[in-house]
Order: sequence, then C-alpha cells, then structure tokens
Amino acid sequence: MEILKPAAAGTLESSDAQVTVEPGENGIELDLTSSVMNQYGRQIKATVLETLERLEVRNARVTVVDKGALDCTLKARVECAVLRSCGRSAENIPWGGAIR
Amino acid sequence: MIPRPKPERFRLRRTMMFMNAQKPGLIKDAYIYGCDSIMLDLEDAVAENQKDAARFSLYHALKSVDYGGTEVIVRINGLDTPHWKEDIRVCVAGGADGIRIAKCESAQDVKTVEEAVEKAEEEFGAEKGRTLLMAALESPKGILNAYEICTASDRLFGVAISGGDFRKCMQTRFQPDGVDMLAARGQMLIAARAAGVQCFDTVFTDLDDAEGFEAEVRQNKAMGFDGKSLINPKQIRLVHQIFAPTEKEVIQAEKIVRAYQEQSRAGVGVFTVDGKMIDIAFIPGAERTLRLAKACNMYEGDLV
Repeated sequence: MEILKPAAAGTLESSDAQVTVEPGENGIELDLTSSVMNQYGRQIKATVLETLERLEVRNARVTVVDKGALDCTLKARVECAVLRSCGRSAENIPWGGAIR
Repeated sequence: MIPRPKPERFRLRRTMMFMNAQKPGLIKDAYIYGCDSIMLDLEDAVAENQKDAARFSLYHALKSVDYGGTEVIVRINGLDTPHWKEDIRVCVAGGADGIRIAKCESAQDVKTVEEAVEKAEEEFGAEKGRTLLMAALESPKGILNAYEICTASDRLFGVAISGGDFRKCMQTRFQPDGVDMLAARGQMLIAARAAGVQCFDTVFTDLDDAEGFEAEVRQNKAMGFDGKSLINPKQIRLVHQIFAPTEKEVIQAEKIVRAYQEQSRAGVGVFTVDGKMIDIAFIPGAERTLRLAKACNMYEGDLV
C-alpha cells in the first residue's frame, strides 16, 4: 500500500499508542517513543515493522508514541493509520488477510 | 489466536456488561470481572470519526484475548448508519459469539442483519449459523413489534430493552418504581416468553445510587427477566446474588423434580410435596431453578 497522505490513529491514553504515517521516499523511517522503551522497545519496533510489511508499505515516515500498548493494540493502530492514509479504512477491510 | 467454542444459543446470561471496543486498555481485562457476557460496543461509545479505528481494535481484541467462558457479544451500529455492514464483517471475521442489533424495530431488521451475517460467514469461512443475534428494542415501535422480532430468526437468543432512547421517545424519565417502563418491560417479556427466547433489562446508569440499583434488579427478577445490561463491573455481583435461587427454592425444586419422576413412573399425574399440589405444570419451573442453581454452584445433582 502506498502512503498517499498523512494520517493518524490512536490516542495518548494509557495502554494505547498514537501512530502517524506520512509519505516518504527512503524506505521506512520509524520514530518511536515509548513509556516502556527500556523493556519493550525492540518488540514494539518489530511489531510495527512487521505490520507495515504485511500491509506492503515500502516507503513512509512513521511516528509511534507508545503508552504501554499491547501488541494487538499496536497492530490495530498501525493498520488503521495506513488504511486511513489510503482512504480505505471504512469498508471492505481484508480481515484475516493483510489484517491479522 | 484463541479458538472459541461454538456459541450456545440458550446459556446463562444474568449479566451482560458493555465495554467500549475502542478502549484497548479495557477490553484486555474484560474476562476477569466474571460477568456472563461482555458487549463490546461499536455504537454509541465510539465517536463518529473513530468507527473505523474501533473495528481494528475489536478485530485484534477478538483474535488475541482469551475470554475464557465469558460470552463475547458486539453491539453494532444501527441499520440507518453507513457503518453496520462493515461492523458485521469484522464481528464474523473475528469470531464474535453474537451480534446485538441496535434500534431494532421489525422482523425485517433482524432478517437484514441475518442475511449480512450469513454472507460474512461464507466470506470468512465461518460455520454457517455460528453467529448468534440479539435485538435491542429502543423505541415504541420496537416494543409493539416485539413478538415478530423475537420469532424472526433461529439465531436470535433474546431481546433487550434500551431505556435511554425509549424513555426519550415516551417523553418520560427514570422513575424509582419503574413505572416509566413498566408497560414496555411487560410487553417485551410476554413476547419473549411466547417466542421462547431470553429477555434482558436495560442499564442502570447512576452508579452512586446503590439502593435504586438494588430495587431495580429485584423488580427485574420479580418480573421474570433472564438478566440485565450493565455499565460497570461493580454492578455484577449484586445481580448474580439477586438472580440466584435461594437455598430453600433449590431444595424445593429438587424435591419436586424427584417426586415427579417417581410418581409418573407409578402412573400418577398429580400429587403433593410438603402439602402443596404438584403436577406437570410445575416441572419446567423447577428444572429451570435447578439449572440456575447449578450455574451458581449451588446444586451438584444430576436431575438437570
């Protein structure tokens, strides 16, 4: 999926994460801050990158502000931000396909 | 991915607690509260511009959280919104046990949802008929059509009244004695019993009014409701307490069922237990008490 316009999903509440995606040209540029960076930084990064790969996002600037979100929440926020940026977040979502 | 057993149409549903599907922090702990069912809400709890985000959270919450024996229902957006079709797709794809139809007004509403559910079951390779339905009656028209709604689908396990919208339509407000909704509750209960489905009362929203809550739950039980919608975990215990049969009721029910089995083997139709006349009409009630007692860990026998 190609990131067409800036889009965001999620909140800064506890157990959530705010994910912003913007068009980019140099692969995935990830800017991650987390309230649990020391313990989980690596895992959060891996989850975000895996999710982007599954969505076939090759180029994007991605900002993640994590407030202790579970893996499943992170995935949900990344997916929503990406699909919003493509204008495809409202219907015919590939549940169980690219979203899983 | 946590596999969920096939949903059971008529199971114990004393407490059905609403949770915002958009709040990840809430959903992940849902099962520990001990309510019989949780209702993850895509409707009123989710702001209009977050409907898409809530579905992604819901999908992963359905797929990755272990809810144990707690039933997982999803409240979808009304049929007059652009959201309900995608809501149904995500519920079925995620394997929710059931769908709560908001603002249901006719048998046709149930059938419309049923068709979309069937299509989604096909699309996502779910067992046909797996996804259960329940209908929320929120308007005078919904109450008047309660019976046709209750009999509209083999998937439908029950109906619930939704007090907020209903009171607005009726130009009334919450009354401590329940007189504001007495007729509606009564009509819905009669329809549900005639159709053989379950019936649930509305939420009690004033968390500081413990007395008012208890009075309403006692009235619910007295009127014959199967359970109640809740908005807060601290409401669960009282409902379970009040809906549990008393020890005396359990003993009496056991005696009745046992005596009935013995007497009918001997060819006797009507007999007495502790001086009271008993015939076949008493048996379903007594068996129901025993099933409820079993669910509440008050009965371990093998009569039910």
